[in-house]
Amino acid sequence: MSGTSDLAIIGAGPAGLAAAVRARSLGLAVTLLDEQPAPGGQIWRAIEARMAAVSDLRHGDDAAGLALVRAFRASGATYLPGRQVWQVEPGFSVYASTGGKSEKLQARAILLATGAQERPVPFPGWTLPGVMTVGAAQILLKTSGQVPDTPVLIAGTGPLILLYACQLLDAGGQIAGILDTAPRENRAAALRYAPRALANYRDLVRGLGWLRRIRAAGIPVVRNVRRLAANGTDALESVRYETASGAQKTISAQLLLVHEGVIPSIHMPLAFGCAYRWQEDQRCFAPIVDEWGESSVAALSIAGDGAGIGGAAAASLKGEIAAVGAAQKLGKIDSATVAATAAPLRARLRRALATRPLLDALYRPRQEVLTPDDDTIVCRCEEVSAGQIRAAASVGIVGPNQIKAFTRSGMGPCQGRQCGHAVSAILGETSGATMDAIGFYRLRSPLKPVTLGELAALDTPEIDILA
Amino acid sequence: MFRRLHEPTPSVTLTIDGTAVLAAPGETVAAVLLRTPPFHARTTMLSGARRAPYCMMGVCFDCLAVVDGERSVQTCLTLVRDGMTVERQGKEQGRDLEAMA
Amino acid sequence: MREAEVIVIGAGMVGAAAAYGLARRGLRPLVVDGGDLDYRAARGNGGLVWVQGKGLDMAPYQWLTRRSSDLWPELAAQLVQIAGDIQYQRRGGVTLCLGEEELASREGTLMRLHNRPGGSERDFEMLDRAGLEKLMPGVPFGPDVAGASYCWRDGHVDPLRLLLALQRGIKELGGTLLSDQPVRAITREQGIFKVRTDKGMHGAAKILIAAGNGSGALARQVGLDVPVRPQRGQMLITERFAPILPLPAGGIRQTGEGTFQIGATQEEVGYDLATSVDAAATMARRTVQALPFLGRAKLVRHWSALRVMTPDGHPIYAQSESHPGAFVALCHSGITLAAAHSEMLADAVAAGGFPDEISPFHHRRFDVQKAA
Repeated sequence: MSGTSDLAIIGAGPAGLAAAVRARSLGLAVTLLDEQPAPGGQIWRAIEARMAAVSDLRHGDDAAGLALVRAFRASGATYLPGRQVWQVEPGFSVYASTGGKSEKLQARAILLATGAQERPVPFPGWTLPGVMTVGAAQILLKTSGQVPDTPVLIAGTGPLILLYACQLLDAGGQIAGILDTAPRENRAAALRYAPRALANYRDLVRGLGWLRRIRAAGIPVVRNVRRLAANGTDALESVRYETASGAQKTISAQLLLVHEGVIPSIHMPLAFGCAYRWQEDQRCFAPIVDEWGESSVAALSIAGDGAGIGGAAAASLKGEIAAVGAAQKLGKIDSATVAATAAPLRARLRRALATRPLLDALYRPRQEVLTPDDDTIVCRCEEVSAGQIRAAASVGIVGPNQIKAFTRSGMGPCQGRQCGHAVSAILGETSGATMDAIGFYRLRSPLKPVTLGELAALDTPEIDILA
Repeated sequence: MFRRLHEPTPSVTLTIDGTAVLAAPGETVAAVLLRTPPFHARTTMLSGARRAPYCMMGVCFDCLAVVDGERSVQTCLTLVRDGMTVERQGKEQGRDLEAMA
Repeated sequence: MREAEVIVIGAGMVGAAAAYGLARRGLRPLVVDGGDLDYRAARGNGGLVWVQGKGLDMAPYQWLTRRSSDLWPELAAQLVQIAGDIQYQRRGGVTLCLGEEELASREGTLMRLHNRPGGSERDFEMLDRAGLEKLMPGVPFGPDVAGASYCWRDGHVDPLRLLLALQRGIKELGGTLLSDQPVRAITREQGIFKVRTDKGMHGAAKILIAAGNGSGALARQVGLDVPVRPQRGQMLITERFAPILPLPAGGIRQTGEGTFQIGATQEEVGYDLATSVDAAATMARRTVQALPFLGRAKLVRHWSALRVMTPDGHPIYAQSESHPGAFVALCHSGITLAAAHSEMLADAVAAGGFPDEISPFHHRRFDVQKAA
């Protein structure tokens, strides 16, 4: 069991890495734990290995990522890769598992930089082999140089679809078509955010470039798609959807990639007791943080997409700001240093977030993503359908925890990471209560499954139990 | 379902349900499963439905398989190693627990 | 305002079982339940219908527990008709003993219960290692398991399916269940109890307070001063496995879903639902010692719930003397006693008073203890 750090950072994506570099420069003893084997998070996954193999910096962000990873490597932070953090107890004790063994670390402050997950996209057949997320396919490209072996069908909405499509085309992959599920009204609603977005014109130019590339490649794009369904027995065989005119279409497919944007990974902050709220602009729950990223739990901060989706550039800046906040809290820097350091970071953050309202409005998911039809499995682990959730809700359901108790939705190994969002949204639909009033499942450690043997091997005092 | 753009060089050899498969150091077991027919990682304990890696980032737990005898390993977070044995995880799993003891 | 013959406050294990019994008796109870984040022992308990070892310092509790166990098969049969399988089994249960010393001590405890007046029915036997292996062939017990006590009255049930079945039953039999309506105040006007919630006022000639740890504050409003406190229990549950352990083994049972449920701690920490790694590690160590193969099992959930605890650990059943028609029922063994509650407690509320067998459970017993 290791010693005490000033700051334990969980997650080695843009926010965690930038926070570590900044915190080290302010004199903090930093330990960074990450689930992945190498730094970069999801956006810059395996970036060191990829950059060693190819010098292709086409998508811009990768250059920034590599620079940040290098700065982190040189920062003097203690780096613990391949660690699954499964519990943080007040004070703080961080429990992490690696290679079947758990270790306990002490830290005076915690920064959760655990980023985002792709929004769960429940629709009939989404559990079939052959249905995956766009993010998953992108990770396969980044870490394995792996592309679909047949022309792939992509459905959903969000910039990641455009980026992946371009990356796939560049890599020599083939795209059968894109089913664009963004509701027609999104574009009108997004217009009013366009002027503000110009402050970050570089991101806009890049996005327009992706659109041009897809158009130039002649990829069929069907707009206003609804009621997606995947069919097949042991694996995906065909995809059914409804067009704006109400026509039902079925096309054969072996691989369907779906994406409806990303949402904060809320499991850790919720399990550690951080207050959270519903963010209607991004249609997701997010922890409540102050201007330094500090949550409702003192000395526990959250930076990056985990506290609200803002993208990689914003995440880095939020990570740095959180590091400054932690240094101040721990008495490592005076208020003049705080002000001088934070002000320019905040200015850059405003610019980095300029396109966000536009993107949120443009790629706002349609309602059926949040509240799917009855015949859709909502809880992948325990195979509970939306219809079963609605039926249970009619017995006299008081909230998501009772739904969990009565349907087993959320009781499987993923602990509600896929179903929790839909369960809360369905309760909102059936009861008319606000998402804030409904809330999310009560979350508990272990946040990652550890074995009983691993627990038994921990050096801890004995507690009274009933045998 | 997927194919590698380049042959894995250098390569390691692992077995999936007894069949030897080549992989590149640094890639995940889930990635290898997705290019090795029949592509799925496990069947569910309830309905017996097949599940393949879905999210590739440790969130969905559909990529669980038996790795070197350990059950329910998240293969999307597990890097390949030379000599590794991977078995697709089935409903019958757990009857073997006694043998594992 | 809704009017009912009887209002049951609390739709947890005690309230739901009693209300179900009342509904079966044609009383159409109105059940008011609290919010999703209330302290709910009914959603956090271990699902044992357990007799062995209970009632050491209170003979009526031993009697009540046995009686409830004997009533359980009938309750289970009714609930299966209403809600389908609730995974009830009554094929006996064991308490595993690690080492000869634990085995001898266990035998001593059960013999004391047995030798007491009224306790003589032999519903248990002590098993040495060979006897245990004969009872559960093929279960790979660890080398430290010296034996076990076995009681044929013991069994288990899925506590969540049980709760849902009881709540469904209440509705199907003409009762009403109002969720998310914590009771704020109870008053009495012209012989009618008025129960005020955030969403309205309800009236009835009788009320049964079965609000778990929230019962103290409510019962005081009708002249019942019941001593009750929360006691935290932490539990673990593993991923699913094919059936391996045929009988519940006290703190370790394999559920109908195939998961292994492990418990529980006894902690005096007030209203604190936190879980601790120390507790998880302690429970894991004992489990792995008893069944080493579970060392490879992945933990899926670790939770805590608050037992509804009285000074002697036994139930309280009482009717108010100052407010006749107001009843209170609380206990920490709501699963085991569910059948007693759906029959005897429901009968008592319907009849307007408790029979002699139940009178020892009045909380005045604590005044006697204090005076002595």
